[in-house]
Amino acid sequence: MIEQTVFYIFSALLLMSAGLMITVRNPVFAALFLILTFFSSSAIWLLLEAEFLAITLVVVYVGAVMVLFMFVVMMLDINLSAMREGFAKYLPIGVLVAILMALSMGLVINAGEFGLVSDSIQRHSADYSNTSELGLALYTNYLYPFEIAGAILLVAIIAAIALTMRSPRSTKTQKPGNQVAVKSTDRLRIVKMKVEKPADDPEEVSKKDSEVTTVVKESP
Amino acid sequence: MIILSNVLVLAALLFCISVAGIFINRKNILILLMCIELMLLSVNMNFIAFSHFLGDINGQVFVFFILTVAAAESAIGLAILVVLFRNRGTINVDDLKSMDG
Repeated sequence: MIEQTVFYIFSALLLMSAGLMITVRNPVFAALFLILTFFSSSAIWLLLEAEFLAITLVVVYVGAVMVLFMFVVMMLDINLSAMREGFAKYLPIGVLVAILMALSMGLVINAGEFGLVSDSIQRHSADYSNTSELGLALYTNYLYPFEIAGAILLVAIIAAIALTMRSPRSTKTQKPGNQVAVKSTDRLRIVKMKVEKPADDPEEVSKKDSEVTTVVKESP
Repeated sequence: MIILSNVLVLAALLFCISVAGIFINRKNILILLMCIELMLLSVNMNFIAFSHFLGDINGQVFVFFILTVAAAESAIGLAILVVLFRNRGTINVDDLKSMDG
């Protein structure tokens, strides 16, 4: 059956790229193999009729998160040989733990039917929209968690910017303590001085003898 | 015809590969972060498999939230990694022992 063939092809691609990702020497190739893993798992999600999430995986992960990974990998100057120390030393215990975990998970998977009525599931018709179904669930029952997810993303943005911003900042900021503590004499100084040269026209003559108050602005 | 066990076995194998990756690449924080992403992917695959075979859309909503949190986590983790590299000049796990007792 063609569906099963496609599933097995993409599963083999998924496992192969994941295995290569953890064993390859260069972190750039590891990131590229992780991208291949995301692509093949997105194909499997398409087979399981989760179309919106499959496209989201490609757009968000391959498009944003993995580009961020690639950016960091390229930007950091990593000593590769020091990173590979202990690779052969930890390889046996890693493989042992993986095999033990796979065996125990296999026991769990073979144990039960997971409450399924039958393995044959009903396929949806061609006009079924996974996106609208997901949106209906998301904006009714899960509205509050959805807003919390938005707040989490906002916190992530602020945290990432605040962490990587260098300390001598070029941005101009206010210091509220100095603004509150300032007095009027710090800002203004009133200087009394005599008028030096009276003009001839009558408007200037009228205030000839009076003292002119000049306000001098000073920077704090 | 895909049955549920196929997808569950695939997700379990993917999870085991990522656990082995954490054991093998324990010097390199970048690969460790990638292995965590792989683990979250295998969990998401379990959610989607059950959502499909039980005919329940709520599993996909959980996958949506896991994707959101994983994106935030990797963004903050990489920011911490960049600051760490700027201050120390290395991302080797063995060099980061200034908080040892």
